[in-house]
Amino acid sequence: MDWAALRISLWLGAGTIAILLPFGVWFGRLLAVRDFRGKLLVEALVTVPLVLPPTVLGFYLLVTFGARSPIGQAFQALAGHPLPFSFQGLLLASAIANMPFVVQPIQRGFEAIPSDVRDAAACCGLTPWQQFLRIELPLAWPGVLTASILTFAHTLGEFGVVLMVGGNLPGQTRTLSVAIYDRMQAFDDRGAGVMAATLLAIAVATLMTTTALSRRVNPSRG
Amino acid sequence: MDVEFTCHSGEVLAIFGPSGSGKTTILRSVAGLYRPGHASIRSGAETWSDTDRAAFVPPHRRAVGLVFQEYALFPHLTAVRNVMTALGHRPRVERRDRAEALLNLVHLGGHSAKKPSVLSGGERQRIALARALARDPAVLLLDEPFAAVDRSLRRRLQNEIDSLRRTLDMPLILVTHDFEDVVRLATHVLMLERGRAVASGPISTLMSRPDLSWLREAVGLGSVFDATVTRVHADRGLVELTFDGGTLLAPAGGAAPNAAVRVRIPAREIVLATNPPTGLSLHNVLPGVVTAVHADTAFAAVVVQLTVGGVALLAEVTRDAVGRLGIDAGQHLHALIKSVSIELLASDAHDAEDNR
Repeated sequence: MDWAALRISLWLGAGTIAILLPFGVWFGRLLAVRDFRGKLLVEALVTVPLVLPPTVLGFYLLVTFGARSPIGQAFQALAGHPLPFSFQGLLLASAIANMPFVVQPIQRGFEAIPSDVRDAAACCGLTPWQQFLRIELPLAWPGVLTASILTFAHTLGEFGVVLMVGGNLPGQTRTLSVAIYDRMQAFDDRGAGVMAATLLAIAVATLMTTTALSRRVNPSRG
Repeated sequence: MDVEFTCHSGEVLAIFGPSGSGKTTILRSVAGLYRPGHASIRSGAETWSDTDRAAFVPPHRRAVGLVFQEYALFPHLTAVRNVMTALGHRPRVERRDRAEALLNLVHLGGHSAKKPSVLSGGERQRIALARALARDPAVLLLDEPFAAVDRSLRRRLQNEIDSLRRTLDMPLILVTHDFEDVVRLATHVLMLERGRAVASGPISTLMSRPDLSWLREAVGLGSVFDATVTRVHADRGLVELTFDGGTLLAPAGGAAPNAAVRVRIPAREIVLATNPPTGLSLHNVLPGVVTAVHADTAFAAVVVQLTVGGVALLAEVTRDAVGRLGIDAGQHLHALIKSVSIELLASDAHDAEDNR
């Protein structure tokens, strides 16, 4: 069992959620309630990581993060080491790859709120910020929950993007799914089996938590 | 859209018109949920919208109570929390008591801990009303408030709102395509057709106008006025109504003595006579003076306006009858009205209370 890989996988999952959720709530709500020019293109761009082969996505991210790109140079200057093949680079790549898993459920969650309910909140004298916190966010909560779970599960299982952008550095960028591949290459079936079972257990636990939480959020539908 | 209107405290203005005539847009503009290209909206001394001066107060800073057609309750909050949401302008310690008091006012005292999903349509509507009142609004707006409830419940809710508004010191604007809402609740009417005001004014004045062909086509003409029940003839199944023009006998229909009632007499149900007839089963013979004769080529019948005391009645008669009787303005005639054709709309809350 590669404990370091498990730790990195869990950190990557949690970190991706932490980065992506605030953005997803803001952006998903924007797509749900506003109409603007180019909305179709923006929605398509957000969804692209869903349909692109992970290696293609990984390739473009690698180019974008590389030492010759402005982003790569800026990071190098600030952090003192290059962005690719570091945990930070992996985290950023994971955030981009998971964009559709976060934005779409949240967008659907906000879209499900009738516009009359939003208007009623305004007529009750709630400021836009209060309307968001007290009416919209609680009602869109199932969407936010789904987004978090999907992102976490997807991050644990991500392989192609991780290998392309992060490589396979033990203790830094080697996640559990990469470690399983690594063990299989070394004919360590037992080691791979233990880790595969761990991922399976985490997946089942995640799904059970989701179901339990969504029952609590919405008892009438449970 | 081109309309202009004013609604004072204690008045109920019904904006009446077919679907798509722009009724709801007017209401949403008053609430600030819609920004018209050109408008001036004022509440008391406050300007809420004035496109000429680029002034616009956002909806959450307007003191409006809006009851939405589908109620638009907050599904994740209990009844009392729904009402408390609109009490942000009051001190925190008062809010729960005030919300409970408002729920009691709309007869929902025992339901404060329930969520909207477990309540009936009528109960949801009452929460929506309590929530609208919680805002301590400068104007109460009702958007098709009875469209989603069945007929018997509609009658009860109409009565409740009618008795409630008598205790409220605020203007009430009601949007509806249901003529019964207008007759039961309105003191003033604004009739809309395709974004244009066809007619507006106090309900009794408007309903005694002979020339409103749109209204005539939609629901039929008929004068509307207020009366008081002065006597109940329980043995005969009749009540005596006194109005500004005499007395009428009408079917009892549960009206109590001294109750204020609203009366509507359809124009098709009035017969005109030059002399008071004898030997008829008829109860009501009212003498009056012809104040207008309206002949419209689009309709076969002619509308005669007969003023009886302070009330103008409308009667639809054939062209032939107009010719035979020589009906013209200034002529003295008698209006003959069958008591069963008198529509009595109790405006007191007593029958609402009975049902609780």
